[in-house]
Amino acid sequence: MKNYNSLIFELSKEGRKAYSLPPCDVPDISLDSVIPPSLMRDSEPELPEVSEVDVVRHFTNLSNKNYGVDTGFYPLGSCTMKYNPKINEDMANLSGFSNIHPLQPEATVQGALKLMYELDGMLSEISGMDRVSLQPAAGAHGELTGLMIIKAYHESRGDKKRKKIIVPDSAHGTNPASAAVAGFEIVEIESDKNGAVDLDRLKAVLSDEIAGLMLTNPSTLGLFEKNIKQIADLVHEAGGLLYYDGANANAIMGIARPGDMGFDVIHLNLHKTFSTPHGGGGPGSGPVGVKSELARFLPVPVIEKKGDSYILDYDRPDSIGKVKSFYGNFGVAVKAYAYILSMGGEGLTDVSRKAVLNANYMMSKLKKYYELPIDQVCKHEFVLSGLLENDNHIATLDVAKRLLDYGYHPPTIYFPLIVNNAIMIEPTETESLETLDSFIDVMIKIAEEAKEAPDILKTAPHGTVVRRIDEAKAARSLILKWDGTYLHKE
Amino acid sequence: MHRYLPHTEDDERLMLESIGAKSTDDLFTDIPRELRLGRKLNLNNSLSEIELSDHMKGLSNKNKSSDNLICFLGAGAYDHFIPSVVKHLAMRSEFYTAYTPYQPEISQGTLQAIFEYQTMICSLTGMDVTNASMYDGATACVEAAMMAVENARRSSIIVSRTVHPEVRKVLKSYMRFRDVEVIEADMADGITDVEKLKPLVEAGTARVIVQNPNFFGIIEDLTEIEKMVHANKALLIDYADPISLGILKSPGESGVDIVAGEGQSLGNSLSFGGPYLGFLATTSKLMRKMPGRIVGQSEDADDKRAFVLTLQAREQHIRRYKATSNICSNQGLNALAAAIYMTTMGKKGLKEVAEQSAKKAHYAMKQLTSSGKFKPLFNKPFFKEFAVMGETPAGKINDELLKHNILGGFELNNEYPELKNGLLICVTEKRTKAQIDKLAQEMEVV
Ligand SMILES: Cc1ncc(COP(=O)(O)O)c(C=O)c1O
Repeated sequence: MKNYNSLIFELSKEGRKAYSLPPCDVPDISLDSVIPPSLMRDSEPELPEVSEVDVVRHFTNLSNKNYGVDTGFYPLGSCTMKYNPKINEDMANLSGFSNIHPLQPEATVQGALKLMYELDGMLSEISGMDRVSLQPAAGAHGELTGLMIIKAYHESRGDKKRKKIIVPDSAHGTNPASAAVAGFEIVEIESDKNGAVDLDRLKAVLSDEIAGLMLTNPSTLGLFEKNIKQIADLVHEAGGLLYYDGANANAIMGIARPGDMGFDVIHLNLHKTFSTPHGGGGPGSGPVGVKSELARFLPVPVIEKKGDSYILDYDRPDSIGKVKSFYGNFGVAVKAYAYILSMGGEGLTDVSRKAVLNANYMMSKLKKYYELPIDQVCKHEFVLSGLLENDNHIATLDVAKRLLDYGYHPPTIYFPLIVNNAIMIEPTETESLETLDSFIDVMIKIAEEAKEAPDILKTAPHGTVVRRIDEAKAARSLILKWDGTYLHKE
Repeated sequence: MHRYLPHTEDDERLMLESIGAKSTDDLFTDIPRELRLGRKLNLNNSLSEIELSDHMKGLSNKNKSSDNLICFLGAGAYDHFIPSVVKHLAMRSEFYTAYTPYQPEISQGTLQAIFEYQTMICSLTGMDVTNASMYDGATACVEAAMMAVENARRSSIIVSRTVHPEVRKVLKSYMRFRDVEVIEADMADGITDVEKLKPLVEAGTARVIVQNPNFFGIIEDLTEIEKMVHANKALLIDYADPISLGILKSPGESGVDIVAGEGQSLGNSLSFGGPYLGFLATTSKLMRKMPGRIVGQSEDADDKRAFVLTLQAREQHIRRYKATSNICSNQGLNALAAAIYMTTMGKKGLKEVAEQSAKKAHYAMKQLTSSGKFKPLFNKPFFKEFAVMGETPAGKINDELLKHNILGGFELNNEYPELKNGLLICVTEKRTKAQIDKLAQEMEVV
């Protein structure tokens, strides 16, 4: 069914239905008698009318046009596409977790509160922070929450001048975007030739207007920021705070902790490091951790233990308030909690060791065929800069598209921005030697094709359900919903 | 060996040899010694699947779920029916183990499902365009506010006190740090007080947020507010309940500029407050100010219909600090569940859910107020939630109800001190006459 190409609306036929509801068993009333007709819809919303079998086949066929971690290797750098354990899905679906209302009395949700309290403790131990809030819904949301905390901290000291945040040019786009949403000005600093923070450039921008510095460590190049202690000292001496983007925490669990490096505020991504699935774009979860001096600014409610019971503590006058309804993506937190229990402390340390081993292995093999701009031991990922020999002007995009023909999800491309033609590979620890070797072989083969048959790459992919898509046309014609006018082309 | 980690000792040795390292420790020499943890993580030992499952069931059993409780609690999270197909299809691992569809050729499943989701949300809301989801209703509303407040510095936004308290709280946290003043417009008899709103709008605050049906379940007539807002060249934001749109006039028909809302009711379980999804829809005019991912239709190299992320120049990975929002990961899987739900319920089903909820809620109101012990708090048309009050504190009523395994309503005095003893009751299509009668009976004897 590779050629399945129907929109659900095109299957719709008046009178079909896919649902059943019991007959309404209360005495019937005319809604017109209780709701003024002027407040009612004139016509029914245009939703499909299909049978249950139609729904099932349609979405099953759509799923067949997708590629997930369960399909195959997914070395999407910076996203930590590790295996998503099935048992975790079952656990999050237990009725005692999935069918509880967020506003139920505390006494009826003690298990949920205990889980959140314990997860806070586990993440604190892993990151070296003192307190963690599970409220933020994703990494970017965690960044924003953390930056609000930083701002609240400075304001609480009457220090209103600090309106700027330093962001290295290697940072992910969400870093400067989050700083802007939090109402900061952004000071971008150029990285040194090894992609690390340039200490002189940092010193040059530090002042009493700086609220803090955002840093990813290992950096977005997959390299450990060796001068981190010095960086932290410089920022702290200037009165600023240090924010840690935890996207790359998969490299250092049980080995080093942002809390010990001098970071004051961090976020972790449960959907990366802690194995929760990425859901085709989300949901994620971006818990924020802080040092004890900053705990009073955390979003409300904070889960506390009182005697033998757990409570939602809203009585926190210095809190930045709420950043999301209720308590965060609880269902995602359940899976991360189950994952940590499955791995245990030593298991998590092993995760990072194997993630780093896998990345270094691939890097050592691929650097003979692709340019490796910074040749040193990497952490959980590494960034290549296009083909080593490239007389035929093959773009990184072409390499990525050719990988699709060989049945792989390509690495992250064109990020970080400081590397030309970036190819960012993150194998993760859950991939076997055989999987890595097969992928390496294909990458080498593509490098050969680039010399001998460049057109195959430039017109790739050839074997996918659709071929290269005209993005310009999408942006020009702006068909953002079905307008009912499309006629079948096949 | 751990079940999720495939390397044998031989594999590891071979790989280290190939790298030219003696041990994995060699791969961490770049981390200064004084920064290394130097001890084991103080966590549990690894659990087997059986041990894990026992432990988790133990925790889960400490919660009382809607399997054991009859739920009359709403206030932003709703116990609506979820057809069995929703979970089966959304949990196909080709969907849930993928990420953002940056490689459209192998992500047509996700992309087309989002395109269909966008189509259905536009149809429900009566708006031109929507995005592929926000974190939740509250943050969707904040994003709508940020769209409206263009030049953030020393600006302001009006929000009606009939908007969900959680939404207003999230709005205030965000706006505090953006130096945007949040002005709350007062209410009268459970709806936005139009007379008090007027001078605020005329004083130049160019954005107004209302909720419909509002936090008390009341259907507000937006006609006057819309006229007033647009006469003052302002923008109107409506926080909407998607289920209600099965029967209620759409925000588009009411002339709203931006619609935001909580999409949990569309096929997503209660899950103690998340993951849910926020939806955000607007007019073509404001399209380029919209945050988040958007899917567009295009064609591939063989002229075949294909879908792809579009208008990306608004987003953080391209525009960085000038982006319309910082959102990156969204609530894709929850939006997929919503798409499957809307497809399954379809044109007639969503209408029937809305009608049954409304009829049952009206029956419940009648039963609860029949003896005179409880009175309606407001005298206004409502959808599936309504407020009553009596002589007994709402907390006491709820405590008693819980003893009979009934999850009572939202205690209004927690957020509206002036509404002493007020209880906000929610009735969805899942509640039966017998359950409603039981609620009425138990409340009568408290
Ligand atoms: C380095 C880095 N920072 C931040 C983010 C944003 O995280 P999220 O998508 O969860 O918001 C990402 C996401 O890919 C990332 O790679």
